[in-house]
Amino acid sequence: MFASRQKFIFLLPGLLVLVAIIIFPLLFTIRVSFSSWDVMFPGLDWIGAKNYVRLFADTRFWGSLARLGLIAVGTVVIEYLLGFGLALLVWRELKFARFFRVLFLIPMMTTPVIMSVIWRTIFHESLGPLNHIFGLLGLDQIPWLSTAGMAVVSVMIVEIWQWTPFMFLLLLAGLMSLPKEPFQAAAVDGAGPFRTFFMVTFPLMAPISIGTLIIRLIEASKIMETVYVLTSGGPGTATETSSYYIYIRGLRDFQIGYAASLSVTYLVMMIVALTILAKILTKAFILKDKA
Amino acid sequence: MLGLYRFLKYSAILGWSAFVIGPFLWALSTSFKTSEGIVSGATYIPWLQYKPSLEGWGVLFRRGGQGIDIIGPYLASLTVTLSASAISLVLGTLAAYGLSRFRYKAGPIKNADITFFFISQRIMPPIVLAIPFFLMLQAIGLLDSKLGLILVYIALLMPIAVWVMVDFFNNIPIELDETAMLDGCSPVKTFFRVILPNCKPGLVVAGLFCIIFGWNDFFFAFILTFTKTQLLPVAVVSLNSSVTPWWSLSASALVSVAPLVILAFIVEKYLSRGGLAGAIK
Repeated sequence: MFASRQKFIFLLPGLLVLVAIIIFPLLFTIRVSFSSWDVMFPGLDWIGAKNYVRLFADTRFWGSLARLGLIAVGTVVIEYLLGFGLALLVWRELKFARFFRVLFLIPMMTTPVIMSVIWRTIFHESLGPLNHIFGLLGLDQIPWLSTAGMAVVSVMIVEIWQWTPFMFLLLLAGLMSLPKEPFQAAAVDGAGPFRTFFMVTFPLMAPISIGTLIIRLIEASKIMETVYVLTSGGPGTATETSSYYIYIRGLRDFQIGYAASLSVTYLVMMIVALTILAKILTKAFILKDKA
Repeated sequence: MLGLYRFLKYSAILGWSAFVIGPFLWALSTSFKTSEGIVSGATYIPWLQYKPSLEGWGVLFRRGGQGIDIIGPYLASLTVTLSASAISLVLGTLAAYGLSRFRYKAGPIKNADITFFFISQRIMPPIVLAIPFFLMLQAIGLLDSKLGLILVYIALLMPIAVWVMVDFFNNIPIELDETAMLDGCSPVKTFFRVILPNCKPGLVVAGLFCIIFGWNDFFFAFILTFTKTQLLPVAVVSLNSSVTPWWSLSASALVSVAPLVILAFIVEKYLSRGGLAGAIK
């Protein structure tokens, strides 16, 4: 009965549209990556793997990948800890719980580039409120966007502001879906809040933790818009992520062929890295489960 | 002990709230300033520290040299986001229902693989597709048009709709379908008569996510449109690079993010009801 022909009416429209919009551009990118297409000679020739050889020695590209890895993993871990903490705080009895839940969600509703524009004024070294407040507290003035180290920190602060709410939302939804019995059993055993958390809450949340971490890592692997607005990759290349570097090569210098080879390499590296991270996360959480 | 715990708990909540709201309050305060309130260092409180002015807000609705005229980009953003979200939601929901209820097979490819294909599209960094999208839209004459952007956004948003809805359907007992079919309904009729009316929570969450990611996208709008079509994020960011004063920058930013913040308050109950949990596992 269920094996009716009608089943294709459901799947095919969406599948075909997605394939049409994604697959051809992807194949095209792969083909272009073997050409010397640039602003002088736009067109599809065949130069073999030359672009890939050049890319291999491109330290700026590998630097951007390493930086992306650092920023992505760093922000996602911090977002997870903060998001989990906040979810635990508003999960149980709390006055105005609903109000705080919506409030905590607001940053993820806002446009990242637009809020980055606001953040740029906040980080402004002489006219921004952040250094002003630091001054009032008797702290040193910080060159938020003009030194390499602090520029990375600034980008991370904005990313964390923007996306901790997403972590919070998914983890709170997870907490609310947990069964009640294990908690009652823990209470009967006289377990305190810390023991309950490590023996009951955390293990029960393991699959949800893995899921949210992977979803956020996927999204974080694409970081570029905050960088574009806040620092334009600078100072120097201090905050340049892979997406942003490929953007410069492809759409500023119009080295279309070379940018395509960078894109393909970047995509493959991200798929490999995310697969490995997913495996590591699964292992880590299940090991903790047994401990 | 309990008192200390509650003190820490509320401090943490209030501290985080301040971090969350801070940028908005700063932007709100800045939007009423003139250069007097900015050039001498950070000020916060109107009347007390600076004389408030409506100039920053007035500029938004003025055309010509000094004006920003935000209405045009606003309507363009609204059209593109809502169209792309609606189409993604329809196609995504249908596909998700199919994947949840029927078995598809093409060689070694099975349901799980197809679901993975949909969802895995989120891994694709926008930059990888930017250049081909540009050439593709150029070839069919849709560069710098709303329709072109809608096409691109469908690819961006449909995976989100499928992700949320597959799980939602998996949690609706299949007996519901079977009863309807025993009554002689075809699968299509079953879906529209029996399943769809029960889908509101899932559709709200999926639709909300589509709207968030559509409204907030900057990159594709930035690459694929120039003068005829301009979306809100591109309009605001282009102010950032010109000599636009902070007050009109802040006002335009607040106006741009306001609709989704209001939407958050309206649909909050659907979000925290726990319906999302399954989708994450």
